[in-house]
Amino acid sequence: MTQAVSDFHQQALSQWVGKSDKFQRLNADGSKAFEALPFPTRKTEAWKYTSLYALTQQDYNQAVATFDGAEVAANYQVDSLDVQQWVFVNGQFQANLSTQKNESGLHMVRFSDASAEQLALIEKHLGQVAENERNLFTALNNAQVQDGVFIYVEKNTQLTQPIHIVNVTTQQGQAASAFNRCLVVLDQLAQATVIEQFVSSDAEQDVLLNQVTEAVVGNGAQLQHYRLHKEHESSLHFGGVYVDLGRDSQFNSYQVLLGGKVKRLDVLVNHNEGGSHCEMKGVYLPKNDQHVDIHSYIEHKAAHCTTDEIYRGIMADQSKAVFNGRIHIHPDAQKTLAELSNKNLLLSDKAQINTKPELEIYADDVRCAHGATVAQLDETAKFYLQSRGISAQEADIMLSFGFINELLDSIPLEPLRVALRPLLAQQFSSDRALTQHILHDEAGA
Amino acid sequence: MLSIKNLHAKVEEKDILKGLNIEIKPGEIHAIMGPNGAGKSTLGNVLSGREGYEVTDGEVIFDGKNILDMDTEERAREGLFLAFQYPVEIPGVSNLEFLKASVDAVRAHRGQDPLDSVSFLKLAREKCKAVNLDQNFLKRGVNEGFSGGEKKRNEIMQMMLLEPKLCILDETDSGLDIDALQVVAEGVNSQRDPNRSFIVVTHYQRLLDYIVPDYVHVLAGGKIVKSGGKELALELEEKGYGWIENGAA
Ligand SMILES: Nc1ncnc2c1ncn2[C@@H]1O[C@H](COP(=O)(O)OP(=O)(O)OP(=O)(O)O)[C@@H](O)[C@H]1O
Ligand SMILES: [Mg+2]
Repeated sequence: MTQAVSDFHQQALSQWVGKSDKFQRLNADGSKAFEALPFPTRKTEAWKYTSLYALTQQDYNQAVATFDGAEVAANYQVDSLDVQQWVFVNGQFQANLSTQKNESGLHMVRFSDASAEQLALIEKHLGQVAENERNLFTALNNAQVQDGVFIYVEKNTQLTQPIHIVNVTTQQGQAASAFNRCLVVLDQLAQATVIEQFVSSDAEQDVLLNQVTEAVVGNGAQLQHYRLHKEHESSLHFGGVYVDLGRDSQFNSYQVLLGGKVKRLDVLVNHNEGGSHCEMKGVYLPKNDQHVDIHSYIEHKAAHCTTDEIYRGIMADQSKAVFNGRIHIHPDAQKTLAELSNKNLLLSDKAQINTKPELEIYADDVRCAHGATVAQLDETAKFYLQSRGISAQEADIMLSFGFINELLDSIPLEPLRVALRPLLAQQFSSDRALTQHILHDEAGA
Repeated sequence: MLSIKNLHAKVEEKDILKGLNIEIKPGEIHAIMGPNGAGKSTLGNVLSGREGYEVTDGEVIFDGKNILDMDTEERAREGLFLAFQYPVEIPGVSNLEFLKASVDAVRAHRGQDPLDSVSFLKLAREKCKAVNLDQNFLKRGVNEGFSGGEKKRNEIMQMMLLEPKLCILDETDSGLDIDALQVVAEGVNSQRDPNRSFIVVTHYQRLLDYIVPDYVHVLAGGKIVKSGGKELALELEEKGYGWIENGAA
């Protein structure tokens, strides 16, 4: 690299790297990769439509000072969801806000509390899936990682309860960064549901959250994964989900992305061994000045694997969204079935979407499809609703909600589905009179 | 009930309705027939206040009110109902929530309380049965994947739920087999009322055996070129429209 290291890089390296003796190898590799990745500009392909200008205006490479998040519990509690719930505020574990329930076959510990045996497993897997080169924030996460959550499910164990991990950010009074890390390892034929939720306090945010989750799904194992975001409009989030799929394993992913000033999420799924299935469903609903950027990479490296990826976005006001979905079929991935669909609805003339579905195929016996659409509300449908007495405003809301309804309905975990419905409806209007009919359904029918 | 005088309307800079007159009294059924492209559906869209359909002259008085300045939803709440020639599919919006929203809106306009979900569901199921639609249709997306005939029956079901004053049925008989035609006709006839009027747009005299009109009009070239009793329909079926249009020209 000829160009001088950016301020951001310099500050980050001196602030976060080399602070402890754990995971030294990973830290060193991460920081090397981070140094080599230039600070993104418009010319950086993976960041073409997402500006990191905010990061150049203030020094975000400062430690967080306060951790109190007790007052925001209402922002993440899900009714009738019986779970182990671990709460992190600005990256720090909050024992007093968390509940731990022991289940046989489940190991859930912080890296810092891990036994020698658990630590050996962490060291074996940590950083193996979260590739440094994909994203500079992931590289930085690798460079600094000391602590995080380790979830290990033993062979043949089917967890009866979901695991709920909450990440909260709060106001600091000055720019700061928080990091978190999650490593999920499912041994052979294990089954688990992991819900990761990202919320913030209701105050103006100044914490940048850099969070990376890695999952290693063993042979025949099944992971149901939720990533639910609803942060304050001023928050910055750089996240990554990196998944390795073993033979005949299954990964079901549901993402709901709301809120945030700039939110970037990279998702990588590797079909490594053959026979694995990935189902990925996501919705993003930016409004006002929000910006959301999803980069998904599905790597089909082995035969007989399937991918079904569906993302839907609704952009309101001046918001912007970026969807970049790539499915890469390697030469050995014969008999792959892969589909990627991305549909977008623009609710205003000023809203923007940049969508780029990509298929790269190097095997000949595969069935793949991909497509993206961008549309506005269907005037004919709107007229139909109005011609039955429904107001123009409510018609807009019904049609917008209808655009994502199918994905919402497909969420298998009922308490989440029930909780998400009003949350999503609220995106379109805070007036209960205008959302009552779209909310009426689950109870009525 | 409805008085249309000298109605002129254009769509995308094209004049479609060119001086249309019609008078409909409460309780009457008027059939409108006419060649393709004559402006029959345009009339329905204009009366419903669809965007893009611009009235350039004339007046429309519905139940004593000038409706041309009203929004589409206001006209519907006032009791105007259009059964579409091609009902649109709306995936993701369930038929039930759509129907509830409509009925609530119309009831609120009439000063009635909203029905609770249980009573509404009961009512909706009843109406489904009346038009021979399975209850599952309530849970499906609005018209989503419905067959042509099912869509038309869904229109009639909505009409029954909303209890409008004026019903415009735009080719509700097209694409129906004879059984479905009977179901639809029975649905319409069950709604006949001294205070409710119908405009029935059709290409086929057959429908008028089931729904017997008081008047039959021929719409051609954007206006009513001939009116008569129900026997006019038979004559039209036999001779086509050529003789009238030629006569009118
Ligand atoms: N949205 C529109 N844009 C452009 N032209 C239109 C539009 N709607 C109607 N027209 C034109 O207006 C004319 C009348 O159409 P309309 O649909 O009212 O006919 P119709 O009498 O209902 O015919 P049909 O018997 O085939 O249903 C046609 O020439 C049609 O192409
Ligand atoms: Mg027509």
